[in-house]
Amino acid sequence: MDTTTERTPVRRPFEITEIRREFPILFREMNGKPMVFLDSAASSQKPKVVIEALDHYYEYLNANVHRGVYQLSQEATDAHERGRELARGFINAASAKEVLFTRGTTEGINLVAQCYGRQFIKAGDEILISGMEHHSNIVPWQMIAEQTGAVLKVIPVTERGELDMEAFDQLLSNRTRLVSVVHISNTLGTINPVKEIIDKAHARDVPVLVDGAQAVPHQQVDVQALDADFYVFSGHKMFGPTGIGILYGKEKWLDAMPPYHGGGEMIKTVTFEKTTYNELPFKYEAGTPDISGSVALGVAIEYIQRIGHEAIQAHEQDLLQYATDGLSQIEGIRMVGEAADKASVISFLLDGAHPYDVGTLLDKLGIAVRTGHHCTQPLMDQFGIPGTVRASFALYNNREDVDRLVAGVERAARMLR
Amino acid sequence: MDINQIQDEIIDEFAFFEDWMEKYEYIIDLGKNLPLIDPSKKDDDHLIKGCQSQVWLEAKEKDGIIHFTADSDAVITKGIIALLIRVLSDQKAEAIAETELYFIDQIGLKEHLSPTRSNGLVSMVKQMKLYALAFQHKS
Repeated sequence: MDTTTERTPVRRPFEITEIRREFPILFREMNGKPMVFLDSAASSQKPKVVIEALDHYYEYLNANVHRGVYQLSQEATDAHERGRELARGFINAASAKEVLFTRGTTEGINLVAQCYGRQFIKAGDEILISGMEHHSNIVPWQMIAEQTGAVLKVIPVTERGELDMEAFDQLLSNRTRLVSVVHISNTLGTINPVKEIIDKAHARDVPVLVDGAQAVPHQQVDVQALDADFYVFSGHKMFGPTGIGILYGKEKWLDAMPPYHGGGEMIKTVTFEKTTYNELPFKYEAGTPDISGSVALGVAIEYIQRIGHEAIQAHEQDLLQYATDGLSQIEGIRMVGEAADKASVISFLLDGAHPYDVGTLLDKLGIAVRTGHHCTQPLMDQFGIPGTVRASFALYNNREDVDRLVAGVERAARMLR
Repeated sequence: MDINQIQDEIIDEFAFFEDWMEKYEYIIDLGKNLPLIDPSKKDDDHLIKGCQSQVWLEAKEKDGIIHFTADSDAVITKGIIALLIRVLSDQKAEAIAETELYFIDQIGLKEHLSPTRSNGLVSMVKQMKLYALAFQHKS
């Protein structure tokens, strides 16, 4: 396979009207009103090219991969592996061997927790995570800690919603076997200094997993520049389909760890006495993969690259600023998470109103936001709140969406006061 | 009034609302005015944990009649609780256990009693019926 990065020409300038037209779902109604979709941090919408790629796969390319001697299977395999190669280029991994298909971020973390954990974590060892992790970056580590007798340690979060880096320095010790932190917080939008965390951990020979689910739709990620040992993300949060994700792992770790699931695809030879495993990346990919998913993920990657992360970031930062300014004018609003370095996610509370009440009224106004603890219960406990209302912006949102949100929250505040 | 008469009465009342705003303003009002549950009952024993909002429920029985008090941390949930209590409280245990709640659907609040909403209301209705069954078998 060709290992040079496929770069599609960047489209300029950033035309929001044109971009919105590429996402058909944005033109539907919700509760009788034109829909404003502000829940992309949970799952993004899909551009037509991705939807068409799924159709095209089943109409023209469908066959099982890696085994068939016939042309159709070969074409399906090529399309599947092209998806992998595009993902490799997307995060600038050194080799496609280091790019594994998973069902998503959650599966990626579970895979590393179990495979790395069984090989390298023993009783008394420590696993270091942070106080702003999604449950999917907490529970898998609790499970392996329980299995091995290791201890889970937590980097505290400051009032502003940033990692307490002094505490991190203290917590990193000779007992630390792995650090697993989120790149961008799904609840607060905080962009964490993952490069600094990785450098400090590496100074003690401790590998680092980065949960990049919220990062890849918003900013360029270079796993080699970061020197991350593992980097995980989901397709559905970056305009791709659900059910497909990527686990990047350095070859030295993927070689040293035992495989996760057993089955077809991941073996070289099988006898009842002994099985030898397939090479990377197939060693970790038991069973028939999500082929339409990998193909469409590749198309989503090309879509992002065509627009360019720089343009996406500039647009989203404008929306973030505009929304923060607008919402801050509302009486009794409290922003949750005010990190200096933030992605386009805003969490807030209205004085005297429960997030559920605010979310319910916004829904009636055609505005889709998320309410609740956002799968980060320990973080909510720390702030002493039941949850927040969260608006998250993607490349297809515009200033009118923000205006509708601000007007909606004002109206909800009047009704609930 | 029996349970179904109250349900019909609520459906009639809601027919007067012109739009969703009026309806929700009324529900929010009901929520704010719901008689408080005894603060000592707002403990883990009476808690029904939802993912989105939480509900506390207490049941007392006298002569086969059950009296409910309840609370929630979200006011819209509380307003719907007020309606549920109006329908089910101070009724015979047997009637509560057997009743079919159709008014929620008819007044257009079905989504609040969907299990995926996870606001504690579905579990609350289930719990009210379980109390009724338990008291019924006790008497």
